Amino acid sequence: MAVPRTERLLNLVICLLAATRYVTKEQVRTAVPQYADCASDEAFERMFERDKDDLREMGIPLETGSNDAFFDDEIGYRIPREAYALPDIAFDAEELAVLGVAARMWQHATLAGATGRAIRKLEAAGVDVDREALSIVEPRIDAAEPAFAALWDAVQQRKPVRFDYARGGGPAAERSVEPWGLVSWHGRWYLVGHDQDRDDTRVFRLSRVHGDAVSYGSAGSVVVPAGVNINESVRMLARPAPTQTARLRVAAGRALPLRRQGSVISDDEGETLLEVPFDDVEQLASEVAGFGPAVQVVGPAAVRDAVTRRLMGVLDALTASTTGEAL
Amino acid sequence: MTPGGAVGQLARLLALIPWLLQRPGVSISAAAGEFGITETQLRADLGLAFFCGLPGHMPDDLIDVSLEDDRIVVTNADTIARPLRLAPDEAVALLAGLRALVDVPSPAGPDTLDRVIAKLERAAGDAADAHRHVTVAIEGSERAQEALSTALRLRRRLALRYYVPARDEVTSREVDPIRLLVVDGHSYLEAWCLLADDLRLFRLDRIETAEVLETPTEPRSTPPLRETAFDAEAAPWHVRLAVSPSAEWVVDAYPCVVVDREPEVIVELSVADLGWARQLVLRLGGALRPLDPQQLVDEVRQDAEQALARYGDD
Repeated sequence: MAVPRTERLLNLVICLLAATRYVTKEQVRTAVPQYADCASDEAFERMFERDKDDLREMGIPLETGSNDAFFDDEIGYRIPREAYALPDIAFDAEELAVLGVAARMWQHATLAGATGRAIRKLEAAGVDVDREALSIVEPRIDAAEPAFAALWDAVQQRKPVRFDYARGGGPAAERSVEPWGLVSWHGRWYLVGHDQDRDDTRVFRLSRVHGDAVSYGSAGSVVVPAGVNINESVRMLARPAPTQTARLRVAAGRALPLRRQGSVISDDEGETLLEVPFDDVEQLASEVAGFGPAVQVVGPAAVRDAVTRRLMGVLDALTASTTGEAL
Repeated sequence: MTPGGAVGQLARLLALIPWLLQRPGVSISAAAGEFGITETQLRADLGLAFFCGLPGHMPDDLIDVSLEDDRIVVTNADTIARPLRLAPDEAVALLAGLRALVDVPSPAGPDTLDRVIAKLERAAGDAADAHRHVTVAIEGSERAQEALSTALRLRRRLALRYYVPARDEVTSREVDPIRLLVVDGHSYLEAWCLLADDLRLFRLDRIETAEVLETPTEPRSTPPLRETAFDAEAAPWHVRLAVSPSAEWVVDAYPCVVVDREPEVIVELSVADLGWARQLVLRLGGALRPLDPQQLVDEVRQDAEQALARYGDD
């Protein structure tokens, strides 16, 4: 039964918070009325042990000690107020407005719930979070991937996880990972961690996790090695360092994204000659082909061929469909 | 993770009681709404707290809850008048959100954000240690950050040079800024565009230059908040494409409806501008075949032929 149990726990918290000295187990049994109903000493012991565990699990600093170190006093318990309570905290109007923005930015229930609890604690400590101000900044961050909630818990609890993972449309295979952190990059969530089977650092896209992610092992068993930069791992994956450069001729005022990536070699007769660093031939060829006649590859030949191949592929597909219809 | 059962209820009560102490006379509905619980649940919580208190449990020792005209007044709860410290997941979620705001131009300014983060880290103590393990990177824009912040703060009109990808050109226009939005990891300026005489979203990384004008913005009513940057249902074009297996990712990546699977996958893709669909088809080099409208088919053919012609016969 939840209600009597909550009552007992709340009375226990109040009793131990109010105490200025360590309270012995017997004193607790008398002070908290719900313990008095225990049929036996054993039942009380079991109940009290479980309650202590629950309070500690909640983050309540339950201390064990004795009042007099020189005598063999019985062990007692207390909750020091300064360790229990949120410290005094105050914000100015501008800061309160920023907190208000943060309070409404998460869309995912897990994160919105945790943020909401944090904000309510601040409000309970007298902070008047300004929910309405700064309505000119409305960030919304979602986590649509079904695996998010389970992986978030695994990261928070530092537990290894197992999940089925499929790369690029291939079959899903089970992976065992020590999760180090979650990163949202351009609206997509990634898990960074140590892949136990491959014995190496890996980045997993949450949208490719199939089914449930299941944590195993004990809480706190995952240790993030010093010097690991989770943000950097994902950034590298998203944008590999360029290894080559290509020269492109770009029509006046066109292909701004390519202009931003590259540097201008010369600019005449309405055409710009650009030098663009790149890593993957096909990726650059795809980008160039999208601009149609506005961009022409000067070199290297591999990029030029990849672009013409794409353009011919487009025309071939159109021709094939016309022939098909004629039949 | 929201713990349920007795532990969950206790965690809520340890925040609820101090929250109510700060707001004597708050209404039941406001408090229940804030804590995301039903009024019945809130009444149950209060009823429970009423029977708790200091050892001895004489009337003077117990928490006093009065409910008059659905207004709550809690007294005699000094022992738990301060809320419990932030739990790790609470500190992580709040701090990760605040850190993500660093990438978003804000009228409050980066110093304010840094101060808030520092204060919370201090207050959270050990609980804040884990916050670096959940991070959100938002594509912002360094080039326009200052002008946008100033224009929003002073309510001034902006002159934008803005890149429109579907047309592959940089356009010039004046806009009245309304607010900054972050949707799907990208930052947008929502503004009234005087060129289109309509509401528009401008992705910050596509703003070439932004200049704050002397003209104040015209007062207009604030539009409702949107959840997505692109409204597929309101899109003016629904183009039909044949999708070969190597391009099937397109179906997941863009707002598509699959209209046929045999003998090949045919989708209807919603686009705001035909130019965008043309670029997509050209990029994929034949893996996507445009079927409808004919204008798209013609444009794709013309672009591909002209582009190829530039390479001569080699």
